[in-house]
Amino acid sequence: MNNSKEPILTVKNLKQYFNPGKPTEVRAVDDVTFDIYPGETFGLVGESGSGKTTTGRSIMRLYNPTDGEVHFDGYDLSELNSRKADLNFRKDMQMIFQDPYASLNPRMKVEDIVAEGLDVHKLAKNSKERRQRVIELLEVVGLNEDHATRYPHEFSGGQRQRIGIARALAVAPKMIIADEPISALDVSVQAQVVNLLQSLQDEFDLTYLFIAHDLSMVKYISDRIGVMYNGKLVEIAEADELYYNALHPYTQSLLSAIPLPNPIYERERERIEYEYQPFTGKEEMTEISPGHFIFCEPNQVDELKAKRAARNVAQKEYD
Amino acid sequence: MNNENVLEVKNLEIDFETFAGPVHAIRDVSFDLKKGETFAIVGESGSGKSVTVRSLMNLLSNNAVIKNGQIMYHGENILEKTDEEMQKIRGAEIAMIFQDPMTSLNPVMTIGDQVSEPIELHQDVSKKEAQERALQLLKRVGIPQAEERFKDYPHQFSGGQRQRIVIAIALACEPEILIADEPTTALDVTIQAQILELIKELQVFNDTSIVFITHDLGVVANVADRIAVMYAGQIVEYGTVDEIFYNPQHPYTWGLITSMPTLKTRGKLLSIPGTPPDLHEPPKGDAFAARSEYAMKIDYEEEPPFFHVSDTHAAATWLLHPDCPGVEVPREIAERFKVFEDLRKEHEIEINTAHAVPDQAQRDPKRVKEGANE
Repeated sequence: MNNSKEPILTVKNLKQYFNPGKPTEVRAVDDVTFDIYPGETFGLVGESGSGKTTTGRSIMRLYNPTDGEVHFDGYDLSELNSRKADLNFRKDMQMIFQDPYASLNPRMKVEDIVAEGLDVHKLAKNSKERRQRVIELLEVVGLNEDHATRYPHEFSGGQRQRIGIARALAVAPKMIIADEPISALDVSVQAQVVNLLQSLQDEFDLTYLFIAHDLSMVKYISDRIGVMYNGKLVEIAEADELYYNALHPYTQSLLSAIPLPNPIYERERERIEYEYQPFTGKEEMTEISPGHFIFCEPNQVDELKAKRAARNVAQKEYD
Repeated sequence: MNNENVLEVKNLEIDFETFAGPVHAIRDVSFDLKKGETFAIVGESGSGKSVTVRSLMNLLSNNAVIKNGQIMYHGENILEKTDEEMQKIRGAEIAMIFQDPMTSLNPVMTIGDQVSEPIELHQDVSKKEAQERALQLLKRVGIPQAEERFKDYPHQFSGGQRQRIVIAIALACEPEILIADEPTTALDVTIQAQILELIKELQVFNDTSIVFITHDLGVVANVADRIAVMYAGQIVEYGTVDEIFYNPQHPYTWGLITSMPTLKTRGKLLSIPGTPPDLHEPPKGDAFAARSEYAMKIDYEEEPPFFHVSDTHAAATWLLHPDCPGVEVPREIAERFKVFEDLRKEHEIEINTAHAVPDQAQRDPKRVKEGANE
């Protein structure tokens, strides 16, 4: 991605603890730092419980972060203390949810679901304009005018996810957090929705934070990828770099576990087990090669750099 | 694996009665399951894969009507058995692993009791011996500290461990057939890999035949020996794992394969447009025609029969009719055809095509469709 640009989103030492200070304390997100640049898709992957969804929700201020800073498009999100500031932020950042059944109000017509943002932000002058805009949005996501008067239960999973996308687009956001937007869909429909998200990104100049556990899809859609493990971000790199030159043992284990639709590869695939190692507290996010960051202890840096350099040599010989 | 059939499904047709009229969920499905093999059924939701396997256990809901067909197991038709007779088969000879390990375990029963239950029911052993065997099973499926955890309840285990417990229950009586309905869909990739390895290991040990349902083609490539692709209540293509992945012939199979990005995919994904048809009134002709860019006039008129491209591989598509020329296939599929050709040249696979029609890869004229999936 274009690193010369200013990031649109800066997340710095974000911490999201639940029940802080109590015996039941859960450090769902523990000291996570990353940037997202305008127009890029940043993929966040990890197992369930790794904190990827919580990270998305903390950025979106659906939770109040325990500590850390989040800057978005020039403003500090911890200073959103008026309703007006809050509204402005939510107009610029929208969210698409995993479950297209639970995230649409079953008692509202599609027209009203999609127009809710228009109403809240007073973006339509009159009912005619409101309706016109809803129809435009439905067409953008591949639905049509007839769908506006129906209720969510009349739609398939893929169509509902399109409605959710139209709702997010209604307020013309700059950035969308997509939390597992395709996990609940069939393979063929996943491809439809992913294609839609990509064409919308081109058309409206959107920035995505794409949260998912399906690594092949994340690799395909993302420019850069962050890998989360136990509330920590353990590795960040450009998509190809991460897939071909993963350095963190957890990432290597995760990548080696993905089954691919390729029987010859599958017969030979060997899984790398990850031995759980507790964090020591001395780890820092360190740049090993340009744009490739690992969460490691300072005394591991030289070894990791040597490993990474060895891959370049191997690659050259291969070419 | 040998060629002995342990199960034969013949011309199965199942309707569901609904207020809007009957839904034709299964429309003439036939397949065999061989001793020790893993037979995978893939397809979108609503294609009928779960209904098909539930009928193997006679577990259909009350509004299901079996219109036609037989499921032959040891010379007897499962569909004609009484509930009492089925209870002797379920768990003992045919067992099932469900998708969601939370809902398929009993939340108020200890896991030890749940694993020993089928042993007590089906085998003539004392309670103590059943429990002893249950403990061994829990160890085999990799539950750590099985002795201490024997009296724990399902909620005290993680999702992956729960699925291991479900597998222990399913395998408790060393069934001849194991039905796995999306057993890893709810799990993380690393846990999924462990569960798949476990299933395969136990399969070799007992020479179990497995019917494996999933929509994840990666998982299929990993576990399957043979594959059937289902669409709109019918099998549209079947073959060995290599035949389906490297020499697919049905445009629906092409769509499933190109919908999934590989690590090399750039540009747009070739998705399948639209949604599956309403099975209240299945479309005339080829059910996939409305979503297929390869549909011809005949596809809207007449249902295609199975055309065999080898002894083990057939697809129900008019593209295989001897009069149909080679069509433009997506680049991803053309590349897979090449892999298949190489496999054949190197004699990595032996297939008998003596009585078969030429497959699409062998027909002229043909071109690779440019633009997408490059």
